[in-house]
Amino acid sequence: MNDATQQARAWYWQRISAMVLALCVVVHLITIVYAVRSGLSAEALLGRTRGNLPFAVFYVLFLLACVMHVPIGLARIGEEWLGMAASTAGFAARMFALLLLLLGLTAVYAVVLA
Amino acid sequence: MRVSIWRGRQQGGFSHYDVPRQASQTVLDVVTHVQRHLEPSLAYRFACRVGMCGSCAMTVNGVARWTCRTHVAEVAEGDRLEIAPLSNLPVVKDLVTDMRGFFDKWARAKGRFEGSATRHEDFARVEPGSQQRQLADAGIECIGCAVCYASCDVVTWRPDFLGPAALNRAWTLVNDVRDSAGVERLRAVAGDAGCHSCHTQGSCTTRCPKHIAPTAAIAGLKRITARAAVRGEL
Repeated sequence: MNDATQQARAWYWQRISAMVLALCVVVHLITIVYAVRSGLSAEALLGRTRGNLPFAVFYVLFLLACVMHVPIGLARIGEEWLGMAASTAGFAARMFALLLLLLGLTAVYAVVLA
Repeated sequence: MRVSIWRGRQQGGFSHYDVPRQASQTVLDVVTHVQRHLEPSLAYRFACRVGMCGSCAMTVNGVARWTCRTHVAEVAEGDRLEIAPLSNLPVVKDLVTDMRGFFDKWARAKGRFEGSATRHEDFARVEPGSQQRQLADAGIECIGCAVCYASCDVVTWRPDFLGPAALNRAWTLVNDVRDSAGVERLRAVAGDAGCHSCHTQGSCTTRCPKHIAPTAAIAGLKRITARAAVRGEL
């Protein structure tokens, strides 16, 4: 795949993931406001999230959108602000995305299934 | 009025001159006064003086402008005027920049019309109200002054970025139904040095003296190249 196609596809997926993120962030904020109303203790929170499959599905979707969206922008920042080579910036950004994925999945597992 | 003008090349400094204020005085009038009466060796570029040729753009009080249509009254800060060459282009001497890089990028963006019809065929008929004609019309009045190019931070960060003017030109041709360069042009404008590097900061659109919106043109190129890439046509 040449650079033009790669960039055009990256832009497309960043756009699509941004649409998903816009929706997820709104739902996430509403969830926070709603959750605060009925107490923020660990028991109260886990009581709502444990075994809550829709909750898990939603946050996995949110996470995947982040994992898709973040590295494209980070690679740009690395190239333009830190003067990294395109390949180095791309690799570093993908590694960061992998870290996000692992941390996010761990978090979802911890509050829903563990 | 106290006027500071850049003298030298990439390395140099500001020289200061006292220029009398006149009614309806333009920045180009000021530079011309300095060269004719105070500093004969001052180098600057102009041609038409009426905002058509695009050769007199300079940095005036930190902002790139066409000097022939910029009134001193609009831009002077108190009684001071600072005039420098355009940013993002190498300085040849004083206020004259080397525009080769700027125009070479028009060529790289395939900013030349490529027709497929011959003289034996009838004229192409393009509906004035058609969407593509309207989109092409929106960007066609570019005079190539490089104000947008000098105002673009992405060009500063990435010197190989094609820049707003070249991409705007490519967008007018993408929307020209007679043009046959199609995918080849999309390949030329996509990618790291092309439309995908634009951060939509919009300085080009804010500062374009012809009120063209290269930002919109670049957004159009992003959409159309993405569509082509997803369909596997790029």
